[in-house]
Amino acid sequence: MDRLGAAGYRETNERDMGKSGISLYSGRWRQIHCRMMTGLCALAVLTLLAVLLIIMTYILLQGIPGLNWQFFTRPPAPVGLPGGGVYHAITGSLVLVGLACLIAIPWGVAAGIFLAAPRRPGPLAALVRFTADVLSGVPSITAGIFIYTLVVVRMHTFSALAGGLALAIVMLPVVTRNTEEILRLVPRGLQEAALALGISWWRVMLHIVLPTAARGVAIGITLAMAGVAGDPVPLFFTALNNNHFSLDLTQPMASLPMEIFRYAAGPFVTWHRLAWSGALVLIGIILLPMLLARIILPGYRIRR
Amino acid sequence: MSYKLRVEALQAWYGQHQVLKGISMPIRANTITAVIGPSGCGKSTFIRCLNRMHEVVPGTRVAGRVWLDGRNIYNGINAVEVRRRVGMVFQTPNIFPAMSIFQNVVAGLYLNGIRGRRQLQERAENCLQQAGLWEEVRDRLHDTAAGLSSGQLQRLCIARALAVEPEILLMDEPCSALDPIASIRIEELMRELKASYTIILVTHNMQQAARVSDYTAYLCDGELVEYESTPEVFIRPKDSRTENYITGRGADTRPL
Amino acid sequence: MICAIGLLGLVLLMVILIWQAAGPSIKAFGFSFFFTREWDPVHGRFGALPYIYGTLVSTLLALLLAGPVSLGAAVYVAEFAPRKIKNILGFMIDLLAAVPGIIFGLWGNFVLSPWLAGSLEPRLEHYFGFLPLFRGPATGVGMLAAGIILAIMISPLITAVSREVLEIVPASQREAMIALGATPWEVVRRAVLPYARTGIVGAFTLGLGRAIGETMALTMVIGNRPQISASLFAPAYTMTSVIVNEFTEAVEPLHLAALIHIALVLFLVTLLVNTVARLMIYLMNRRVKKWTV
Repeated sequence: MDRLGAAGYRETNERDMGKSGISLYSGRWRQIHCRMMTGLCALAVLTLLAVLLIIMTYILLQGIPGLNWQFFTRPPAPVGLPGGGVYHAITGSLVLVGLACLIAIPWGVAAGIFLAAPRRPGPLAALVRFTADVLSGVPSITAGIFIYTLVVVRMHTFSALAGGLALAIVMLPVVTRNTEEILRLVPRGLQEAALALGISWWRVMLHIVLPTAARGVAIGITLAMAGVAGDPVPLFFTALNNNHFSLDLTQPMASLPMEIFRYAAGPFVTWHRLAWSGALVLIGIILLPMLLARIILPGYRIRR
Repeated sequence: MSYKLRVEALQAWYGQHQVLKGISMPIRANTITAVIGPSGCGKSTFIRCLNRMHEVVPGTRVAGRVWLDGRNIYNGINAVEVRRRVGMVFQTPNIFPAMSIFQNVVAGLYLNGIRGRRQLQERAENCLQQAGLWEEVRDRLHDTAAGLSSGQLQRLCIARALAVEPEILLMDEPCSALDPIASIRIEELMRELKASYTIILVTHNMQQAARVSDYTAYLCDGELVEYESTPEVFIRPKDSRTENYITGRGADTRPL
Repeated sequence: MICAIGLLGLVLLMVILIWQAAGPSIKAFGFSFFFTREWDPVHGRFGALPYIYGTLVSTLLALLLAGPVSLGAAVYVAEFAPRKIKNILGFMIDLLAAVPGIIFGLWGNFVLSPWLAGSLEPRLEHYFGFLPLFRGPATGVGMLAAGIILAIMISPLITAVSREVLEIVPASQREAMIALGATPWEVVRRAVLPYARTGIVGAFTLGLGRAIGETMALTMVIGNRPQISASLFAPAYTMTSVIVNEFTEAVEPLHLAALIHIALVLFLVTLLVNTVARLMIYLMNRRVKKWTV
């Protein structure tokens, strides 16, 4: 500062002004320009939301007529005949996602706790965090093929078990990173207070930090569930599909997204109708827990 | 009187920056020792090193020895064990929001495996009494602590720290977030607790240091400038830096 | 601890097993796999070029369409939206991001494609037919439909991540600009966006990774024909779609290995793309820390 002196100061200031493109003589144009750009940005938001609205409206309009008691309680009718439902696929989806949750939630939450723990951060934590990040961006198709080579080939059959495992792999990194980020939002002072009481770090995480952040962790889990509940891709290589109701984990199992794909790709109008209704139910299954988690879960809203 | 805690050549770093540059000071049992000094001089870091809280911040490092009853807390003792014996109260009252008042007080016991209902209740009452909070909260022990004033919250934190029966209590500017009346209340409390605990108090309120402490240490730029009995430091400071700080002359005129 | 190390082991195991399963194809075709157009299960000759082309072009198209809209939306939500509707907008964009690909595929197949075939594509050909891009029979299923559907799918993701990135730009940067007498847009254009540039590029790269890996929506609208055509109206095929479509029917071991070979390439490419994206967001975060001490 001393060496720059007053002249230098003025000079840098002018250079900054030049670079920032602000000229004092065009105030009116600048205001108009600002309004225009703000308007364009608002337009972008509207476009996004309009697309959402259009798609949702279509699905509602096309899907509602097909929703009846039969749709929820009956397996599919024989090919070409009207009627039938997706009972087998709804239960199948619930079983598969449930299986995935059983594996991915404890594993993911534990890994998230490990990453957020108040210890000296080693290279291991950084590496694991990075792996989870990268894994969450890898397409779900690779999870499917991985489980195919690991489980299906060895068991010589497609199975619901393999399907659950594949979905778990897709869920795992999402749960891990979400848990970590939410736990990190818990004020540091809280962790320090507990540590200063002579409580070991994992007890601090489990009994103090986790309960404080429970709501956020749960919301993160619903997001991860939403991600896998609607994705048939890993199932192509693992659980495949099943025309009948089945709860046998060693056999192929139907799922809602798989059935939607099959019905949509099929040649019959009755199938297409089932696909639309299936899509509506699928969206319900996905969005309902997300909304519910936000509305009814008690807990401490941690401000971002 | 014996030395409860002996600090020897304690050094601490944040990343590349050395905060403590070799501090040695013995601390007597059942006394209150005040640590004063300008902001950024390493007061807080110093007491955080005494229960190994310094190391929970990423990128930190400690060297030197701290003898607690003749055992070096940096060698051969688990950090968790150290923190149980050396309790700490922080600048802002940090109660656990997901727990009731009662659960807050006994959190340290409960999470260390003491689950007996009677035992926890007795200890909670005892500690709340010691912290002078019992009368104020006895009817709402199982409510959340949200309704308490910040002075009450800070006393709740003290009760919580006492519940694990530490030998030493570290207090990091415990009154800086409180109003004067609540501060006086805490100071009285410290004097009462002196009988059973050794207290180390970080404060930048010099009147407070003069009022409550037996010994005063003046830290400046990570070095221990002066450490004497409190009247000695405030009436006849040996070092000119101490004198300047105490009298408010050029206390914070470090180069910018 | 064990869980965390398990995660590492999992990724390693994934790479190894998929690599192994692709082995026969890697051995048989080597690098020529990437440059061969032929895909002939009957004679056991496989080349992935049309699929790679389809994935690349549809992704590029999607980024071109989604990019400006997403950035604009992110800027609006992060900078201009009134506080009250900010959270609602954010939540709706999150919802949009949670809608599965198959739903978009269904909509694309039954609504978008017919509309493209009936009205948009003929018009494009009428006005811009001098470009090879917009020539050819208007079938509705093909590259254009794929690009549009992909754009719809990745824009919520890009918007959400960009918004987060914009929101960590320190207030001091904005205030400095305001103090110089800048209009709100100038604050965004000259202070916020340059500062957040690395993070925004990271957000786009995440969108890119998502687009490369997207499967169901594309399978339902792209037409699934392994050809390389200059026209956006023509059907094409992507790497993910061919795997899903042919996997259960592949009986020859070499056919299966070739499909897994494609999956391996996808895996490694998305691994790379995500690594780059995360690195950029990380660097941006570090810079923020450096300047706000």
